[in-house]
Amino acid sequence: MKKNYGSIYTLPMAFWVTLFFLVPVLIVFLYSFLERGEHGGVVWIFSLNAYRDMLSPTFIHILGITLFISLLSTALTLLIALPCGYYMARSRRKSLYLFLIIIPFLTNFLIRIYAWQAILGNSGFLNNLLMRLGLIDNYIQFLYNEWAVIIVLVYSYLPYAILPLYSTIEKFDFSLLEAARDLGASHPASILRVMIPNIRSGIISAVLFTFIPTFGAYAVPKLVGGGRNSFMLGNLIADEILVNRNWPFASATSILITLVTTAAMGLYVFANKSAARAAQRKRI
Amino acid sequence: MKGSEVRIEGIDKHFGDFHALKNVGVDIQKGEFFSLLGPSGCGKTTLLRIIAGFETPSAGIVYVDGRNILPLPPNRRQVNTIFQNYALFPHLTVFENVAFALRLKKYGKQEINSKVEEYLNLTKLTGQEYKKPAQLSGGQKQRVAIARALVNEPDVLLLDEPLSALDAKLRQHMLIELDMIHDKIGITFIYVTHDQQEALSVSDHIAVMNEGRIVQVGNPTEIYESPADIFVANFIGEANLFNGTVTAVEGEMVWVAVEPLGILKVTMEPGDLEGTRDFKPGRRVSITVRPEKINISLEKPADLPADAFNFFPCAVDEVIYNGFQSKFFVTIPDFARFTLKVFKQHMSYYSTGSEINWKDKAWIWWKADDAYLVEVHDA
Repeated sequence: MKKNYGSIYTLPMAFWVTLFFLVPVLIVFLYSFLERGEHGGVVWIFSLNAYRDMLSPTFIHILGITLFISLLSTALTLLIALPCGYYMARSRRKSLYLFLIIIPFLTNFLIRIYAWQAILGNSGFLNNLLMRLGLIDNYIQFLYNEWAVIIVLVYSYLPYAILPLYSTIEKFDFSLLEAARDLGASHPASILRVMIPNIRSGIISAVLFTFIPTFGAYAVPKLVGGGRNSFMLGNLIADEILVNRNWPFASATSILITLVTTAAMGLYVFANKSAARAAQRKRI
Repeated sequence: MKGSEVRIEGIDKHFGDFHALKNVGVDIQKGEFFSLLGPSGCGKTTLLRIIAGFETPSAGIVYVDGRNILPLPPNRRQVNTIFQNYALFPHLTVFENVAFALRLKKYGKQEINSKVEEYLNLTKLTGQEYKKPAQLSGGQKQRVAIARALVNEPDVLLLDEPLSALDAKLRQHMLIELDMIHDKIGITFIYVTHDQQEALSVSDHIAVMNEGRIVQVGNPTEIYESPADIFVANFIGEANLFNGTVTAVEGEMVWVAVEPLGILKVTMEPGDLEGTRDFKPGRRVSITVRPEKINISLEKPADLPADAFNFFPCAVDEVIYNGFQSKFFVTIPDFARFTLKVFKQHMSYYSTGSEINWKDKAWIWWKADDAYLVEVHDA
């Protein structure tokens, strides 16, 4: 009999995941059911106060804003990333474009957000340009609102959407589009009925890679957002920890973000499984 | 006759510096099985893609039933294509693949079901409706591609090397099936292939293409028996070629001096010596003799009229036994640079005459009738 050491080889990974993912999530989960301490921290008494606070109109407003910003950013990112991925996959200079996509990652995320402040600021690049062209007389307030947040979020997560789309479109057999055209489909119809279903996994990855980080965004709304309509859940968590010292509420909000993003992942898995099941049913 | 007639006039196509099609013109009749035959890179697929609408020619016009179709996008042409790699939609089942065009045309559910069923029946795919293309064998994929194209009831069906991905046996089988489908539905088939066997066995007419030009158009017998030039003679079937100079013409008989063999006799078909084919004495020509037209035996054949036959002694270099036939590679003394191919069909299990072996000295001969002259175009 040969001994199977397979499970031993997975131990380092299991240890890593437990220590740096499972334990922290469990701590946060636990904290969300405790009483808040007076100066931060928690008091070890079971309580549902944190979750009860979620019913307040303020929290629901923040949740709505977060959903609005992250869903709109995801949709816009996808709309821009699809043609970009398509163009890259069909181009002869694929590696050049891939390199250009990677370049922003060589600069720190925060510095790139500050660069957007320089572009969108009241005496920034864009306002200066528009004034010189004589299109406006006075500066326009681009920064510190939800639209600035959306623009910078789209910019930040665009590469994460383009890359999976590019890799699935590159594997797509473009003669299928010709076949669709041949069978009577117009150009848009051939894309919609043949290309989109065949690059579905790339689209779903792009959506997840954009939606998950934008739903938990913190730095972007903090630096280019402002006012009630760009204050997102990520900012709420930071404020609850640092300013209001309400750790259980911050933890509960964290758990909510985790649940929503897990649900998004689950939907993806479910969609795949149900498609497979539907195919199975039809075969019988 | 159903289907459409297709007229191709003066088609030119450039891809950058590459001149893919050079003034190509051909008439394809209503309902015929027409083949575009040529080696890879000869432009046959480009011509097919122009008819389908995937390429725009640099010059020229394509008429279908007298109407210029070039301004129409591919989806508005009454032409359907069977692609070389089949291009089946991997996300759709066999049924959905075939129903694709009907659904685009917003047919009713009943009509879609009955039409798809009809064409799945025609292509013997009943029972495979709910499989995905990935679950099908090569031959089945081919059938789906045929059903998917035919369900539109096109006027012209374009086939782009449809059998090249199948193994030899299946290829034969599918070819016969394609021919039967053509007989049944009677529309015009334009069939692109590099396989001369395929083209010869099913086509009504064949256009042989080389380097962007149509070299010869004719029915399979004409293409095989009377090749227009050396390229066609070599490309279609196998051929032994002798280059020489015409020394005399008398009636249908042409004498050609081939160095250092001597004089070869060739009988031309009545009418072949007129018109564009010019075989005056002094003209450089090439003689084509098909290997299966050459006889071989150990003894010198007696009582053959010397003015109607060419015969030579030879040495057998190689014998290749192929079951239904044997191939002999022989060298004529003093003509060693040239190895002749001789095929001998085995008509029965009992061989007539003595067996010919490797290194034997033998005699070969062929009728002056069975050779064919082509002009040599000096470059």
